[in-house]
Amino acid sequence: MKHLLTAAMQRDEAIALLDLAEDMHQIQDRDVKKLPALRGRTVVNLFFEDSTRTRSSFEIAGKWLSADVINVSGKGSSASKGESLRDTGLTIAAMGVDGVVVRSGSSGAPALLADWVGRPVVNAGDGTHEHPTQALLDAFALRRRIHGADASRGKALDGVRVAIVGDIAHSRVARSNALLLPALGAEVTLVGPPSLLPQPAADGTRLGLRAETSLDTVIAEQPDALMLLRVQLERQAGKVAPSPAEYITGWSLTDERLARLPKAQIMHPGPMNRGLELSSRAADSDASTVLEQVTAGVSVRMAVLYSLLASDQGGSR
Amino acid sequence: MTQSRTVLGPDEIARALTRIAHEILEANQGPQDLVLLGIPTRGVHLAERLAGRLSDITGEDFTARTGALDITMHRDDLRASPTRAPQPTRIPADGVDDKVVVLVDDVLYSGRTIRAALDALSDLGRPRAVRLAVLVDRGHRELPIRADSVGKNLPSARSEHVSILLDEVDGQDAVVIEGGAA
Repeated sequence: MKHLLTAAMQRDEAIALLDLAEDMHQIQDRDVKKLPALRGRTVVNLFFEDSTRTRSSFEIAGKWLSADVINVSGKGSSASKGESLRDTGLTIAAMGVDGVVVRSGSSGAPALLADWVGRPVVNAGDGTHEHPTQALLDAFALRRRIHGADASRGKALDGVRVAIVGDIAHSRVARSNALLLPALGAEVTLVGPPSLLPQPAADGTRLGLRAETSLDTVIAEQPDALMLLRVQLERQAGKVAPSPAEYITGWSLTDERLARLPKAQIMHPGPMNRGLELSSRAADSDASTVLEQVTAGVSVRMAVLYSLLASDQGGSR
Repeated sequence: MTQSRTVLGPDEIARALTRIAHEILEANQGPQDLVLLGIPTRGVHLAERLAGRLSDITGEDFTARTGALDITMHRDDLRASPTRAPQPTRIPADGVDDKVVVLVDDVLYSGRTIRAALDALSDLGRPRAVRLAVLVDRGHRELPIRADSVGKNLPSARSEHVSILLDEVDGQDAVVIEGGAA
């Protein structure tokens, strides 16, 4: 692995990365949360879009591995003075950094940057394209819930039925999960308003997966996990989207729907709009993995940074 | 010409471990506060074997006082080698603070593994003392480190390769030297 641009990866590669994240996860139990593996390395978090949890999660991951982490945000950087992505990337590379974590509103920006800067690039979310570390942390948190925290190592998600609910068409979280979870053996169903589902392929699948417009139909099938996507108000300007009232009626995990799902894990990438994607009771229930997903995010990003930056000789896998 | 000779067989390994178990108890004047931490991969199995002997000798159960200490993240050659996958660290529930930690490994060579283990250990707590038990000491130290208990001192040339085979991993118990001048 030279960069992490996509969640499309082989099953073995995904399991190895999740197992590495399990090793990193052990640091959560320690008084001294510091490992020396990336001592002397410098990582730049280049964030052209607002982000709190992803950026701070990458920052903590880098720091716990003893890397020096510098945050550059789009606002207040020379990007707001009109500098191109390429020039910004080359400028940062010229300062001698070892790795770049990039979040951009433009789909494909991390892949371009990877070609230009000649050092490892991690996609921390690009437009409506992908968010691979989010999919990895979702898989990590789900694997721990399904197999148990102490018995997850080496396991996949074979036969685990996951419903991803919401604005699938504009969600990079959904797209990355639609690639990663099936690679791990999970059976994924996409659920959302017709106008917010991706275009169907010739065989009727969407993103290669089964799609449904009725959440109630999918709930009746008792999925193992429900992944609720944030209603992205900032990405829907001018789009044909249901009103909040319509969304709640059709696709929100309300208290009433929650009662019909006694065994499903409730996942949400955050930030949550309580009352819109899910009720407060659902968000705070024992079935909710929301905070575990956040914790998993640090461990998964430590695993990614370690894989890309620890060795000068590149990865062994 | 490449040669291979077995320097320790199963019986000798068993006797060495029994002696090391007694040495650990003698040096500690009893079993109190002892914690065994094996360094993956084979050190973990040796630590478990030592725990079995210590349990037999003292009548106390050492299973819960035995763990594994992975040193991958603390190695000083991470950059120079392909990415290494760490292995699990398991620390006994009581932790290592104020304990007498016995590090257990198969071979003591440059001393760099033990240096890394001492760093890894200091992130986990502050033991009262740290001891080192190894099955084979083959010399060629590059750091000021020595073992408290040694199964066998095995003077070797740097060009030789010392393999420790353990039943749990390799299906047999043996210490084998290969290569170098005969």
